[in-house]
Amino acid sequence: MNQVLDILINGLALGSVYALVALGFVIIFKASGVMNFAQGSMLLFGGYLTAVLHEHIGFLAALAVGVLATAVLAGAVDRLLLRGLDPSQHHILTILTIGVDILIVTELARRIGGDLLSLGDPWGNEVVALGGVTVPVSRIACIVVSVLVIGAVFAAFRYSSWGLSLRAAAEDREAAALMGIPLSRIRTLAWCLAGALAALAALFLTAFPAPGLERTTGQIALKAFPAAILGGMTSPPGALVGSLLIGVTEALAAGYQSELSGFGRGLGDVAPYLVMITVLLIRPHGLLGTKEAVRV
Amino acid sequence: MSDRTPLTPRTPPTPRTPLTSRARRPLLATAGVLLLCALPLYAEAYWLQIGLFAMAAAIGAIGLNLLSGGAGQLSLGHAFFLAVGAYGYAWLAGEPGPGLPAPLALVLAVCLAGVAGGLFSPVSGRVRGIYLGVATLALVFIGHHVMLNAESVTGGYNGRAVAPFELFGFSFTGQDPELLVLGVPFGAEERLWYLGLTLLAVAWFTARNILRGRPGRAMAAVRDSEVAASVMGVPVARYRSAAFVVSSMYAGLSGALIALAFRRIVPDYFGLVLSIDYLAMIVIGGLGSVGGAVAGAAFVTALPLVMARYADALPIVDEPGGPGHVVGPTEAARYLYGAAIIVVLRYAPGGLAGLLRRRPARARPEPSPTGTDPAAGAAPPLGTGPHVTPLPVPSAQRKESRP
Repeated sequence: MNQVLDILINGLALGSVYALVALGFVIIFKASGVMNFAQGSMLLFGGYLTAVLHEHIGFLAALAVGVLATAVLAGAVDRLLLRGLDPSQHHILTILTIGVDILIVTELARRIGGDLLSLGDPWGNEVVALGGVTVPVSRIACIVVSVLVIGAVFAAFRYSSWGLSLRAAAEDREAAALMGIPLSRIRTLAWCLAGALAALAALFLTAFPAPGLERTTGQIALKAFPAAILGGMTSPPGALVGSLLIGVTEALAAGYQSELSGFGRGLGDVAPYLVMITVLLIRPHGLLGTKEAVRV
Repeated sequence: MSDRTPLTPRTPPTPRTPLTSRARRPLLATAGVLLLCALPLYAEAYWLQIGLFAMAAAIGAIGLNLLSGGAGQLSLGHAFFLAVGAYGYAWLAGEPGPGLPAPLALVLAVCLAGVAGGLFSPVSGRVRGIYLGVATLALVFIGHHVMLNAESVTGGYNGRAVAPFELFGFSFTGQDPELLVLGVPFGAEERLWYLGLTLLAVAWFTARNILRGRPGRAMAAVRDSEVAASVMGVPVARYRSAAFVVSSMYAGLSGALIALAFRRIVPDYFGLVLSIDYLAMIVIGGLGSVGGAVAGAAFVTALPLVMARYADALPIVDEPGGPGHVVGPTEAARYLYGAAIIVVLRYAPGGLAGLLRRRPARARPEPSPTGTDPAAGAAPPLGTGPHVTPLPVPSAQRKESRP
């Protein structure tokens, strides 16, 4: 029983980190139709900045700088690189983000080298006993902060004028433009928000019990892809459901590794992709995605 | 060629660059082929090795281009099918394994990759464009997992040796029989060079014929407008999955050739980075163009190897193996090619092929949605009015309409 609870909490924490990243995918996708492959490099960038700065200016300030700088970086990618290209050419823009990702990741990996950087989070390796299981404080912080942040983002979708504009733009670009919605500003803001979310995800990915920030940490974003896809790329609640599903599945596969040894070692790493393919086989548009209707 | 079937009388004939001139094209092609055939007589084994990798990559890139440029589907799972081809060949032709004759093993490995692509068709036929790109990500990771764990077939983490190729008793290795051509000893690289060249030629012409024939036009129709295509009677899902299968078979052939060139294959080579390399190849070369895919493959494959060779001669590049703060040749190559992707997409969306073809494209009087692709350009307009879905292939006209 305790093991199940333990695994569930692990899965929830993992899922909430995926949710931060996947939400970024969905926001960018809604605003511009682009699958942002540079999300992993954004995550690495935010984490790296925080890790480098926290000894000088303290943890909270470093985190704030990391999150803001990543938001600016993401916004700059949109303004400087994607702007001016035909926004309907989603393939081209998507592949372009792969180029961006290669550049940023190569540079950061070169700087990080073989090191393991600590982000200097205040939770350290403390644990609390919770109903018979010991849970790292960082996991609890992860779940709480993610819930708050994701709640805020959802509220922004629902109530802010930016959220309204974003939803309108996702619904019908032309009509939104005719209504006076500044599409390119909405889009840049979406990129900034996604960047900030990725930087925040870096913090919880590297906190205890994970060893710290490595050059390969950015690849975790690749697991948030299945989360976003299986929820349906256009649906923020879908991304949430998908992330939790993926997180819990991964934790289960890792937790019951010995029972599942027939499938080989390291099943936890591929579990998200197996879930995604299974869901796509049954529902090609994702769990909560809208099936596109085409008028002729 | 599109030159023979002008759709409408060409209004003012624009001056052509000498490179694309109709008369010189076959001449240039012949000269190029002769040069490639004569190269093993002069070049060192190191360069031949690079060339061999480039040819293998070119075959894979042509396959991916059929899928992405032809049918408008994005795939990040190419590395998986390369792995199927590579391990398929290594297992079928070697020990442990059935130890079949090498040519048979090669053909079967290609078919195996095709079957793997076919098994994915419930997804590849229904999932579209970028979604498929992410769905195929899964294949790379699942494939890696299988490669690590199916040790009896793949040799696990340390990989396995690859049986050398052999054709009618002629072995593609350094000896058996010893071979001296015009005073040059023909070792494994020289012999494999011709094998690669032959396979590449076959792959090239097959792809051109597919793109120019009925399937190519059907795929272009699916790419440009799914609705219009299905109204015209093109079975959309079937063509999508067929394109995926064909592209997987190309990847399988490419993987088998890479295995022969490496002589030993390890799972870590067939990772996501490899998939992205192939995507970079076709983007840099030009989506939808067979020749462009080959050029892009040569660029992306040769870049890091050439950089490594001349590492000490380049000012910014340092010897590998130093502390984390120096730019090694591999990193320098990655910067260059990351930047190449961005620059090409921003300033020359047709890629290398588009740069060569820009002038003839301007001569076409009305903007055709099928843009830069000569094969698609030769196809009659689909009679669909304005196209509603986004075009995956960047059109030269779009670029030129801007000041």
